[in-house]
Amino acid sequence: MSHLPILPILIPFVTAAALLVLRQTAARSRRVLSAASLAALVGSSILLVIAVDDGLIRTYRVGDWPAPFGIVLVADRLAALMVALTAMLAVAASLAAASGLDAAGRHFHAFFHLQLAGLNGAFLTGDLFNLFVFFEILLLASYALLAHGGGLERTRAGLAYVVINLTGSALFLITLGLTYGTLGTLNMADLAYVLPRVAPEDQPLVRTTLALLATVFVLKAALLPLGFWLPHVYAAASLPAALLFVVMTKVGVYALLRVATVGFATASYSADILSPWLFWLAIGTIALGAIGALAAVRFATVVASIVIISSGTLLIGVADGGAPAHAATLFYLINTTAVAGGLFLISDMMARQRGSASDALEKGPHLAAARMLGGAYLFLAVAASGVPPLSGFLAKLMLMQSLAGSELVFVAWAALLLSGFVVALVLARAASTFFWEHGRGELPEQSMKPVAVPSLGSRHAEVALLGMVACVCAITFGAAPISNYARDAAAQLAKPASYVEAVLGDPAAIKRERRP
Amino acid sequence: MELVVSAAIGIVTAAGLYLILRSTTFSVILGLTLLSYAVNALIFVSGRLGATTPPLTLPGAAGHADPLPQALVLTAIVIGFGMTAYLVALALKAKGESDSDHVDAREER
Repeated sequence: MSHLPILPILIPFVTAAALLVLRQTAARSRRVLSAASLAALVGSSILLVIAVDDGLIRTYRVGDWPAPFGIVLVADRLAALMVALTAMLAVAASLAAASGLDAAGRHFHAFFHLQLAGLNGAFLTGDLFNLFVFFEILLLASYALLAHGGGLERTRAGLAYVVINLTGSALFLITLGLTYGTLGTLNMADLAYVLPRVAPEDQPLVRTTLALLATVFVLKAALLPLGFWLPHVYAAASLPAALLFVVMTKVGVYALLRVATVGFATASYSADILSPWLFWLAIGTIALGAIGALAAVRFATVVASIVIISSGTLLIGVADGGAPAHAATLFYLINTTAVAGGLFLISDMMARQRGSASDALEKGPHLAAARMLGGAYLFLAVAASGVPPLSGFLAKLMLMQSLAGSELVFVAWAALLLSGFVVALVLARAASTFFWEHGRGELPEQSMKPVAVPSLGSRHAEVALLGMVACVCAITFGAAPISNYARDAAAQLAKPASYVEAVLGDPAAIKRERRP
Repeated sequence: MELVVSAAIGIVTAAGLYLILRSTTFSVILGLTLLSYAVNALIFVSGRLGATTPPLTLPGAAGHADPLPQALVLTAIVIGFGMTAYLVALALKAKGESDSDHVDAREER
């Protein structure tokens, strides 16, 4: 048994603990430790992606306890992909933090690594209760990261965010209690084995439980009636926190995809839990995000609305349920994570230069390094709106092709194309305000001048932004290998039997206690 | 016994939800506390109710209570406690910064 699957959880965990102990040391040494740990995390997640690309599902039994009873980690293509994606965004967030933003709180790096541990744990865990525990770890770290930097706006957003997530956690626990009460297991592979064998009189209760479980995950993914918390929170968060938050909606999408393929699809009475409501709510989410983007008065809110649109788009793919749609969803997920991260970086870099105008969509001072910022902006805007030739276009094309066989194909196509149009419109309007209309208007002379940019600061953030642009380039030019990987991952998801076999061996051979 | 326990859990959950929907952070925190009580009780009874089964395996005893929900509920209690403590601290911070106990940290209009 290789120890590779636990490394992406263990490395940030140990680092977070070490950083707590070393809280009295100089900020510089904490930053170096944080960067070294991140390098190890990137290395191990790349190794994990390479290792699982042979099609075998790696499992890791913690303490070597046998699978349905002990804690088990499962690394398949999907989990490894999510871990690698998180590591990529973490590098950008860490660079952004190193520009001086981390000095606002002594424990920033500790929370940062705790959140990475929670995210990676949620992607790698093989049972529902540990999914809950890792959710809580990442949420607790995100509560603290959201408050990072202080200010009433963040406290206000934090209060709503904490309350809605605590309610979501309570709902999660209710589903766990009901799942254990009815099925007698919380291991996802075991769930796949037990679900088809539930007595007919228990089936309605199990169905209700699974629907509640789906509700918990779509709350994290900000699906329509449960997504109103997102713009406020994402726009209030400081830059490194906002970058990590981009992955957090994807955790919800990932968890839903996982339980839908390993759990729901394995039994006839639970196979249709997600249809048809998920599709229509995903369309509604896209509409909500589009309206939010049009109505936004701040650029960070525009980016948060784009995150909502991408969440809705991803959930359309999940709702479709076929392997081609899942493959397209995964490709779109990689693209949208990089793009949203890049846009948050630009938003913060502009806001820091514009003084009191911050990121409000109004005339402000002339931007320093406008060519570089504007170039990156144009690049990311093209990728975000799905205009050819960049990866956003390829991702949307894949998704639209994969939906071609479904009955509601025209609704889905209209939503995808119109949302792309709205994003293009909003980003173009914002660009003309930021880059062309500066200096005019009746601002006092003083605020016209560019605010002195923190010299140490902008370099790191610029490197992070260039990294994101390079990522979008890499996704565009590497579209063939990445989409092949996504297709293989989706094919793996479509065969829950191999997941069960990798985790449990022969589930029928496990000695089970007869429950009353 | 099943009816009494399930009705109690239901009532506490309903009371918790009602309080969560109130507009002052104090009520919301009380509501979340009630909700987590109800949830913990629910997890605990997922191991089946029984008045005669011993909590541990004893020599000669016919059966024993399911130990897993006890472990789960312990984890849930610890996590819920930590989260509530954080929320209380955050609510106090909001109260200090905005001088209002409203969940939006604004004066009610």
